[in-house]
Amino acid sequence: MQLPPALRSRLVGAPGAAEPLPVQRDPAAGAPPFHFAARRVRFPRDHEFFEDGDVQRHLYLQDVLTQVTEAPERPRVPEFTCQGAGCCQVFDTLEDYEHHYHTLHRNVCSFCRRAFPSVHLLDTHILEWHDSLFQILSERQDMYQCLVEGCTEKFKTGKDRKDHLVRRHLYPADFRFDKPKKSRGSATPVATVQVLAEALGDDGEQSGGDAMEVCSEHAAPLPERVGERRTYSHRIPSTICFGQGASRGFKSTKKRKEHR
Amino acid sequence: MWSGRQGRLRPVGCVVEELRCRRREREAALRKARREQQLVSKRLLRDDVLEEVEGGCVAKILGEAEIQQFLRLAQRGTEEKERERALVSLRRGLQHPETQQTFIWLEGSIRTLVGLLTSSQALLQLEAARCLHELSHSEQSAVAEACLPATSYLLTYLSGHSSDFIELCLYTLGNLIVESEAVRRQLLPQGIVPALAACIQSPHLTVLEALGYALSQLLQAKEAPEMIIPSVLGSTLPQHILRLLQPGPKLNLGVAVEFAWCLHYIICSQVNNALLIYHGGLSTLGLLLLDVAGAVQRTEDAGLELLACPVLRCLSNLLTEAAVEVGGGPNQLEDERVVAALFILLQFFLQKQPSLLPEGLWLLNNLTANSSSFCTSLLSMDLIEPLLQLLPVSNVVSVLVLTVLCNVAEKGPAYCQHLWPGPLLPCLMGTLASSDTEVVGQSLELLQLLFLYRPEAVEAFLQQSGLQVLEQHQEEAQLQDRVRALQKTALHR
Repeated sequence: MQLPPALRSRLVGAPGAAEPLPVQRDPAAGAPPFHFAARRVRFPRDHEFFEDGDVQRHLYLQDVLTQVTEAPERPRVPEFTCQGAGCCQVFDTLEDYEHHYHTLHRNVCSFCRRAFPSVHLLDTHILEWHDSLFQILSERQDMYQCLVEGCTEKFKTGKDRKDHLVRRHLYPADFRFDKPKKSRGSATPVATVQVLAEALGDDGEQSGGDAMEVCSEHAAPLPERVGERRTYSHRIPSTICFGQGASRGFKSTKKRKEHR
Repeated sequence: MWSGRQGRLRPVGCVVEELRCRRREREAALRKARREQQLVSKRLLRDDVLEEVEGGCVAKILGEAEIQQFLRLAQRGTEEKERERALVSLRRGLQHPETQQTFIWLEGSIRTLVGLLTSSQALLQLEAARCLHELSHSEQSAVAEACLPATSYLLTYLSGHSSDFIELCLYTLGNLIVESEAVRRQLLPQGIVPALAACIQSPHLTVLEALGYALSQLLQAKEAPEMIIPSVLGSTLPQHILRLLQPGPKLNLGVAVEFAWCLHYIICSQVNNALLIYHGGLSTLGLLLLDVAGAVQRTEDAGLELLACPVLRCLSNLLTEAAVEVGGGPNQLEDERVVAALFILLQFFLQKQPSLLPEGLWLLNNLTANSSSFCTSLLSMDLIEPLLQLLPVSNVVSVLVLTVLCNVAEKGPAYCQHLWPGPLLPCLMGTLASSDTEVVGQSLELLQLLFLYRPEAVEAFLQQSGLQVLEQHQEEAQLQDRVRALQKTALHR
């Protein structure tokens, strides 16, 4: 297929439409026994016209599948320790450290050191656990926000919300980031939580920022290292945050005023 | 930006012939699956290279006791490294279908794994997610569906910040999505659409490609036009998809391929295409086509056909929308460079992937059918001859080429003046001699238009023994009326 050389320069030229030649149709055109009529054609998704292209698409998906490899080189670095306060995890790749940092030091509650997987869950936690106005307000209006991002519903109690999560959003009844405030680790109703509590039984030792566990037993007095951290924290006003990963209390003072 | 897929594809160390053979087998299987409307594929994310370097050990099938031991170690090991290693061994074992089966029927195994997924230790969490990913990739429904208790967490983690982890969650979700309608009926109320809409703002290319994959899996579902596409269109996803398809230094091939397919699944379902046109879909796709055409001239073997195909489909189907038919306004496609780009792509397909030629010609038909401007561009840019060179490719291609020529010819004498004299008539003599009824039928249509608007062509037709060629078809039921009409015109001119 020989293309005129000027075509390539047209491609990179300025946009524009051709001034159309005069259109002059004769009624005899396409008259029976002929039936041609110029028309745009639409094909629905299952039309056989798409077969070849669809097969190529899936071959591509599967090619990647059998040949996914060549992970981006992960340079080894000399072992180093997490700089997070009270954390002594050791890493030998930056990726592992990054993941650790984002998981444990990014969305952290400044009151109880718990980490959350998202800003939304952290905000909800701070509001419900550490905002003294919340309890007062929740007696008057629905204050328990749904935990699913994008859902704006609010509920009178945590239990109502749990019912909503289970019924409307098909969440597991023991959703880990929605633990009732008063529950004791051993008293939690669902077996899974016990398994988890066991699984996490040793955790307290290793990190002050004791992660996403929301059960009360983990809110217990924090290990030594955290005490160490507190020695500096008392010199820094609580409203000052360092960096994005710093732990956080209330969202803003403005919001607090609104509550009042 | 068009330098091909970064990284993912690696030649496997085996003979080329064997590879080709395996590919042909898979292609046949996919064709069969498509006809049965069972076309689904999954992706596997696995850092094999890293593992070869690290362990060098071959994964082996694990028995019940071994699985239990690894799980116990992962849960209660005294040292974190030890716990992590236990999960790595478990994951290697889970690469085997046998181990997967044993695993899912083991009491409490999935529960423990989900527990580890929500663990406070980042690396254990990551390793648990990799185990789930292995399971999600299984061809056996029972295995993949065993992962269902994890979906609310996988979705929750999409609003996190760790890009590797989010990528893994997205590929796992993408694999689970195609498993069954039941899975999708769980994911939708759990908020997969808003979760994806929030995640699509990520700056990480790996996350975006994974997201495009997961979304395209969702949009491919049979029930998508009724159950899924309306909520996708109601979210901010369409604007973001179009943003990610805008040509420029930020455009990435892997990401663009996934989102172009997403857009195709949305558009061909015809739920609310006016919305996409309103958001500038036609002009974005038109510019993208120019960009791809520019790139095929510069780069070798970058897999650009993978992107060109859905872009052609999107443009072509969007052009049939009523909002476009009305004409005029900023949401129209009137730039003749699109025609230039399309021809460069047709040439590229001819060399690289002839099976895509019909899709390109389909777009050319939809561009020229109602537009005298595009028909004029075809003539002024001397594109009739290259178009005729495609006739020998196949009957399907011939019919489409002839249809485009009819689109030009039916616009009247000013257009037919450019078609004759020229190479058209000799080519038509060839297609008239074809044994394919459709090819001959379309040739007769074109001949009628040519005789009508350019009577001088009749003389030349007779000189080239046109009548004898016509006679070959006078017994064919579908053709004889038109053959007779043309014979009459030729003899009584």
